[in-house]
Amino acid sequence: MNAVAATLRQSWVITLRDLKHWQREPWTPIFGIAFSIMLVLVFGYLMGGAIDLPGGGDYLPYLMPGIFALSMMFGIEATMSAIANDSKKGVTDRFRSLPISGAAVPLGRAGADLMNSAAELAVLMVGGLLIGWRASGSLGATVLAVVLLLWLRFGMLVLGVFLGLSFRGEGGVTAVQILVWPIGFLSNVLVAPESMPTWLAFLAQWNPISATAAACRELFGNPTGITGGVLADHALLLAVLWPAALTLVFVPLTARAYRRLSR
Amino acid sequence: MSFPPLVARGLRKRYGDTHALDGFDLEIETGAVHALLGPNGAGKSTAVNTFATLTRCDEGEVRVAGRDARREPAAVRASVGLVGQHAALDEILFGRENLVMFGRLYGLPKSAARERADELLGTFGLLDAADRKVSTYSGGMRRRLDIAAGLIRRPALLFLDEPTTGLDPRGRNEVWQAVRQIVDAGTTVLLTTQYLDEADQLADRITVMNTGRVVAEGTAQELKRRLGGDRVLVTAPAHADLDRLAAALGGTADAELRQVTVEAGPDGGAAALTGVVRALDAAGLVVDDILLRRPTLDEVFLDLTAAPAPSALPALPASTPSALAPQTARPEGAHR
Ligand SMILES: Nc1ncnc2c1ncn2[C@@H]1O[C@H](COP(=O)(O)OP(=O)(O)O)[C@@H](O)[C@H]1O
Ligand SMILES: [Mg+2]
Repeated sequence: MNAVAATLRQSWVITLRDLKHWQREPWTPIFGIAFSIMLVLVFGYLMGGAIDLPGGGDYLPYLMPGIFALSMMFGIEATMSAIANDSKKGVTDRFRSLPISGAAVPLGRAGADLMNSAAELAVLMVGGLLIGWRASGSLGATVLAVVLLLWLRFGMLVLGVFLGLSFRGEGGVTAVQILVWPIGFLSNVLVAPESMPTWLAFLAQWNPISATAAACRELFGNPTGITGGVLADHALLLAVLWPAALTLVFVPLTARAYRRLSR
Repeated sequence: MSFPPLVARGLRKRYGDTHALDGFDLEIETGAVHALLGPNGAGKSTAVNTFATLTRCDEGEVRVAGRDARREPAAVRASVGLVGQHAALDEILFGRENLVMFGRLYGLPKSAARERADELLGTFGLLDAADRKVSTYSGGMRRRLDIAAGLIRRPALLFLDEPTTGLDPRGRNEVWQAVRQIVDAGTTVLLTTQYLDEADQLADRITVMNTGRVVAEGTAQELKRRLGGDRVLVTAPAHADLDRLAAALGGTADAELRQVTVEAGPDGGAAALTGVVRALDAAGLVVDDILLRRPTLDEVFLDLTAAPAPSALPALPASTPSALAPQTARPEGAHR
């Protein structure tokens, strides 16, 4: 019990430190949000008119939950580069030489990243409301949708810590910054998979962010663009399971990567 | 019964084909500065990181104040401070914020962490820069802050891994000053360095290592004696009587270089130089040049590594009092 309290206290110190980084160099989070807003403008207004949703409905309310999910996924870059940077600068080694819990640094990082993402989500949702997106579900459903989005962010966070520890060079971060694009777009966040070739549509519906986007659309009462497939019935379940699976797989791998630092 | 601050026995660590540590032994004394002297790649960082429980070695035993580093890493981490080879600071935070953060991670309450941070900033002359981002600090300031961070919990034993590498002479002086303060405050220091003069300036005992092994150990004096110590080189004018000069100075002549070499006695180079000048004066001799030469690290290594490979020598007990004889990797199983 005491150990848990100590770990939480240490994590909080790390969280405060990570938040201070953003306070002092706010460009990373600001660009993150600006980027999501740009996607809304480009897809919502520039291309939206040309996009027909299967099953009917307006494109903008379809798009917004997709953008929410996408921005949670893109958060992986921030996590990974922060972890890789600490490791490169030797800060990780100093942390490791302190008599603190090994879980404190990643937990502290998780706290800061989740707060950052929650703030980003709030900005995007308010922006969405301003341009006509609505959450017409119950309050409980809306809260659940937000929790699912942050849950996706958490899964990405675990993956990001692992990748940051395992691929510390510049190359690793750049590779992820490039890879998130095809992986993010190969989903239902921007267009309904039904308009894709069959094999792509198959991959897109099994993409973890598709599950979260589809579940949020249901919970917010937005058009889902879904007429069949696994997400028609199980979006919510999958939105819970995918991040859980990422966590279950990558927490042990991350712990191993930490231990490997002492090889 | 008190334990030595650090005892390491038979450490081995391989990275692929590289033997970073290859049967490394070390014992340091309380309250002293012990220098680990060796060229790049000798295994200094690997050794220090092993002592601080950051690296696990393949074989061997490390005891910090009697505690086994492998079995009780947390206890060891709580009693040592590590200042690694590369400054481990948060560049975006202010200097003070760095110290407060590390203090809080050591478990100090907020106010105590602040107090300790201010105390250390004062000790190391960083109060003026306390509220600036570390990324604006000079190399010497960064290093001092880094050392301060290693001292927050008043560790009994502090590891400093190449604290002055890459610093300009001014930065080096600042760090040396800081190290002397630490020792005066009663902390035992193990520092690694590539520079003989640094070891000479700061350390009570020096362990010379190369390719993962101890090559020699002793005080700076002892090491220098082993190396032939300081020499005074006297260059004679053309056509001078070199043998007469050599006889007057008690040195050996080199006809080709027109040079007489005088080996310094136990009193060191300065005394030898004074002696040479007196002798020249007394004999009424005129010379072209007089030079005091101290052994450089290059010479240390040329000398120490020119000897037969340590493992080819008969085994010596680790506690040889004048441990200057090349230490050997003891046969497997010879230690507990
Ligand atoms: N993590 C590592 N992976 C592979 N080789 C390493 C690693 N760390 C050190 N080495 C190798 O081990 C040897 C000793 O390194 P090190 O302890 O850093 O020496 P020093 O600190 O004396 O310069 C070097 O040959 C170095 O290349
Ligand atoms: Mg080194």
